[in-house]
Amino acid sequence: MHKTTIARALGYLARYKVEFVLSLAMALAYVVASLYIPLVAGEAIDSLVTGGVDFDMLLSCLMRIFVTALVCFISQYALSRLNNRMAYRISHDMRNDAFDKISRLPFSYLDSHRQGDVVARVISDVDQVSDGLLLGFSQFFSAVLTILMTLYYLFSLDYLIALVVILVSPLSLVVATFIAKKTHRYFRQTAEKRSLQTDITDEFITDTAEVLCYNLQASCQKTFDEVNEQWAASSLKGTFYSSLVNPATRAVNSIVYAAAALCGGLLAVAGRLSVGGLVSALSYANQYTKPFNEITGVVTELQNALVCASRIFSLLDEKEVVDDGDKTLADDALSVSFSDVCFSYVKGQDLIKGFSLDIDKGRHVAIVGPTGAGKSTIINLLMRYYETDSGRILIDGTDIRDISLASLRLSFGSVLQDSFILSASVRDNITMGRDFSDEQVMAACRRAHVHDIIMRLEKGYDTMLDDDEGLLSAGERQLISIARCMLDLPNLLILDEATSNIDTRTEGLIQAAFNEMTAGRTSFVVAHRLSTIRNADIILVMRDGDIVEAGSHDELIARGGFYSELYSSQFASVS
Amino acid sequence: MILLGHLKKYVKECILAPLFKLLEAVLELFVPLVVASLIDVGIANGDKGYILRMILVLFVLALVGLAVSITAQYFSAKAAALFARDTKRALFRHIQTFSLADCDRIGLPTLINRMTGDMNQVQSGVNMTLRLLLRSPFVVFGAAIMAFTVDVKAAIIFVIVIPLMSLVVYVLLSMSVPRFRKVQGQVDQLLAQTRENYKGARVLRAFNLQDEQMKSFHERNDALVRNQLKAGGISILTNPLTSFIINMGIIAVIWYGGIRVDFGSLSQGSVVALFNYMNQILVELIKLASLIQTMTRALASARRVETVFRTGSSMADGELEGCDEECEDAIVFDHVTFRYNEGGAPVLDDISFTLKRGQTLGIIGATGSGKSTLGALIGRLYDADEGNIEILGHPIRSYRLSFLHDRVSIVLQKARLLRGTIEGNMKLARPDATTGQIEQALRDAQAWDFVSDKGLDAPVEAGGRNFSGGQRQRLSIARGLVHGGDILILDDSFSALDYVTDSRVRKALSERSMTKVIISQRTSSILDADLILLLDNGRIIASGRHEELMASSEVYRQIYYTQFEKEVENA
Repeated sequence: MHKTTIARALGYLARYKVEFVLSLAMALAYVVASLYIPLVAGEAIDSLVTGGVDFDMLLSCLMRIFVTALVCFISQYALSRLNNRMAYRISHDMRNDAFDKISRLPFSYLDSHRQGDVVARVISDVDQVSDGLLLGFSQFFSAVLTILMTLYYLFSLDYLIALVVILVSPLSLVVATFIAKKTHRYFRQTAEKRSLQTDITDEFITDTAEVLCYNLQASCQKTFDEVNEQWAASSLKGTFYSSLVNPATRAVNSIVYAAAALCGGLLAVAGRLSVGGLVSALSYANQYTKPFNEITGVVTELQNALVCASRIFSLLDEKEVVDDGDKTLADDALSVSFSDVCFSYVKGQDLIKGFSLDIDKGRHVAIVGPTGAGKSTIINLLMRYYETDSGRILIDGTDIRDISLASLRLSFGSVLQDSFILSASVRDNITMGRDFSDEQVMAACRRAHVHDIIMRLEKGYDTMLDDDEGLLSAGERQLISIARCMLDLPNLLILDEATSNIDTRTEGLIQAAFNEMTAGRTSFVVAHRLSTIRNADIILVMRDGDIVEAGSHDELIARGGFYSELYSSQFASVS
Repeated sequence: MILLGHLKKYVKECILAPLFKLLEAVLELFVPLVVASLIDVGIANGDKGYILRMILVLFVLALVGLAVSITAQYFSAKAAALFARDTKRALFRHIQTFSLADCDRIGLPTLINRMTGDMNQVQSGVNMTLRLLLRSPFVVFGAAIMAFTVDVKAAIIFVIVIPLMSLVVYVLLSMSVPRFRKVQGQVDQLLAQTRENYKGARVLRAFNLQDEQMKSFHERNDALVRNQLKAGGISILTNPLTSFIINMGIIAVIWYGGIRVDFGSLSQGSVVALFNYMNQILVELIKLASLIQTMTRALASARRVETVFRTGSSMADGELEGCDEECEDAIVFDHVTFRYNEGGAPVLDDISFTLKRGQTLGIIGATGSGKSTLGALIGRLYDADEGNIEILGHPIRSYRLSFLHDRVSIVLQKARLLRGTIEGNMKLARPDATTGQIEQALRDAQAWDFVSDKGLDAPVEAGGRNFSGGQRQRLSIARGLVHGGDILILDDSFSALDYVTDSRVRKALSERSMTKVIISQRTSSILDADLILLLDNGRIIASGRHEELMASSEVYRQIYYTQFEKEVENA
């Protein structure tokens, strides 16, 4: 699995081939140049002999250092620049793909996955991938080059001192991995405790009103303190153990340094190594553990990046909505037919079984049933948010799968109880991308009885809204979505009647608006009001996800089935 | 700084950690000197014994350095973690003093971010600062001072290089930090849009807005990359530029050293020592730059946490813990006006009424007319902006809040059941409630039929998800009844109940002697109230008993008949 994930991630990289090749070249130039400086510095120091400094040689050495330093500067800057460019652009590309994917995912996916998780893939995972994979690769490449070049330079100085450095250095890797393993456990524990802490804070702030009304402060604090205590204990351990990596590797490094100094010193006394050579060797010894540490870091980061990448790719691989219909619906009253429709959200747990019904154009359909009976299923199927398992739904005689999704959905107007508000101005929330004048918008809002409410907002129609409750109550949000419909009345309507969100008086006004909207249009109303139900041409009765009965009020009462039972229990008067 | 106060408890750790770090730095600064004498004495004289001794010194320096460093890391980790623990505890305690209005204003995500994200930054800031703040400048300046001890004139080069490098780091940092902040803002925007597209998918697709959303996302994403490259373009200069300056310093040191060595006034080993000090400065200055970044972030976070601490509760607690049992008036409103936002339109405007003990108040009105707000003011979830409220004989603000909430129980419109068991929820306000009392409350709230099936210890999921809307409402009513007290406020608590259950609950309530406030959209729920307030747009447009209102108020009649129609049909 990792192989294909890496291959796909590299696919994104393929668009930046030139940058990538240049970046490798720059890394090479940088490593070679930066490691060359200590060597030349050593030579320069060798020319410093008391009373007889070889100024020609010194000058030529310093010139070489200057040129090399310049190469270092340019190559290091170019390297970072190229890497940044690739990392940011790859993030950008992946993020676009992932975001676009969300618009093409079927609701069976959206409804069954956690929003936060999917959002995290689009936003943070993408960065992890480009950082981890690309910069990881670049760092890995540089580190390996550094090791190789250091060895090359060291061997060019003296093979003995090179061998000492090679043999002692791996110690740092051992120490670092040992500590990393220890630390990991505490970090995970800390993260768990922290999310528990977040949950507690979240719950208690969400329930502030309850906490106040029931004087729960002390018991909340106690719960929080307990978790806080546990968090602090594991955080302390995690931080401490992880902070051992630096001193430990530094100590190893110092040992390498001392060993190199010993070997180099003795070699110098034996005349096999010059003082400048010793200085160069010590510079290398000092840096030698660094690339190893980087490689350890890169491996962890790479693993993390691969996990993130596979999360993104699994999102991108999800089945998409099929939109291959090319027919469009007429701008006219439309008939709707269900023909032997079967449907289930979960395979094997059939909800709607073999439902057939013809609804003539202009008919009013009431959908009734207890809470949780699956009334929204009808909406999901009609607007093709979900596909039927078998059977067909026809609108105006055309299978809805043959109609383009845009045409199908724009033919529907829907007012649902839980109205979604876009983060945009009030005006944009009503036009929803359609082209209408301010006057038309206001007229629609008046008809939806929301104009006065809007005018009471700070900036009227220019007030910025968002989906988090605050400026508008649930009832007011529903009025906004009524205004959306009113602006350009579609031929098919799906309305969810207000229960508790809207008060009776506003409900009466909305009812009038609903009546105006539904006149002459085929409509589906999730009905709570008796008058709506009794005036409907057809009543669909839902129970446990299935449509159990369909017919007019009188027919259904006469049948004496679930509807009549429901009717007498739910609507029967007390008196 | 309130946060610093929490650090005070760990003064010992805060002094010891940097001190040990300093010790470590001192040990490191000795290394170049040891190497210098190894060259000048050991190698120059071919003295192997001397070389061995010097190597031994290097080993000892390494091991002592390790021990010292581990000690320092321990103290700083301890100070940071325990400081964070104490601050979080205090923060949570402080948040609990907030009134509902404070929480609304500050917002849940903000408070959670302060508690987790920001506190994390602060913690690692403290940790890193304790470790590096003294160490890094000490190594940098120490290296310069050591250079002076080696050779005063050559050390002048250090005096030039160090400020130059500091300046470069400072300028680049101060240029890139605000740019990265802007980048973060853009990332937040992308995040918000992604969330929105997920949550609002049905509506967005109903209006076929996917392409438009993609276009605007792509545009924002393009802008993000442009700014990322701009911000990155500056910060990536840091490493190449500082390295370059150091390399120039090295050239200068060796050149000048060469002149001095030629003169005989400086040894070869001393030049090596200077060269080594130059390299040490580079490593340490880069660490210092990243420390400054961590510190800037931590300081910004600390400031944000600090603001939460400074945001005092907008509601001053009273001291009175007893009410006037003689007073006949339960609730008195005298010209009360209330706004959610300063300068905004009043949500309640000039409300006056008096309710006697044991009476029932009904509040009815359109969506947004201020019904729930009126209920919330009686329970002092908010404070009125103008006018006076008296509860049970005393001004509402004179009571200690915990006492007031003990005597006034509110069943909120959006009542939330807490995770736990049914019994746990019932006992929220009265941990000592008996099973008999709970059962009676559940019976009165018409919840006993479904509770008795499951048992009192049946689990309740967060928010009461595992119960239907109607069941949740009945459970919250029961919870309010167990709570008891003198005044019971029911904010639209019957909306999900059918009419039969609604009337049964009200009948059971009427047998309880407490003062009741019923907020509803159904006239049937308030028909028997002793006083009905009809609200419109925050004002009382009519008040009185049902019969009086039927006679006097056109709006009331209108509301009544829209529902009466239902009842006629039901009959």
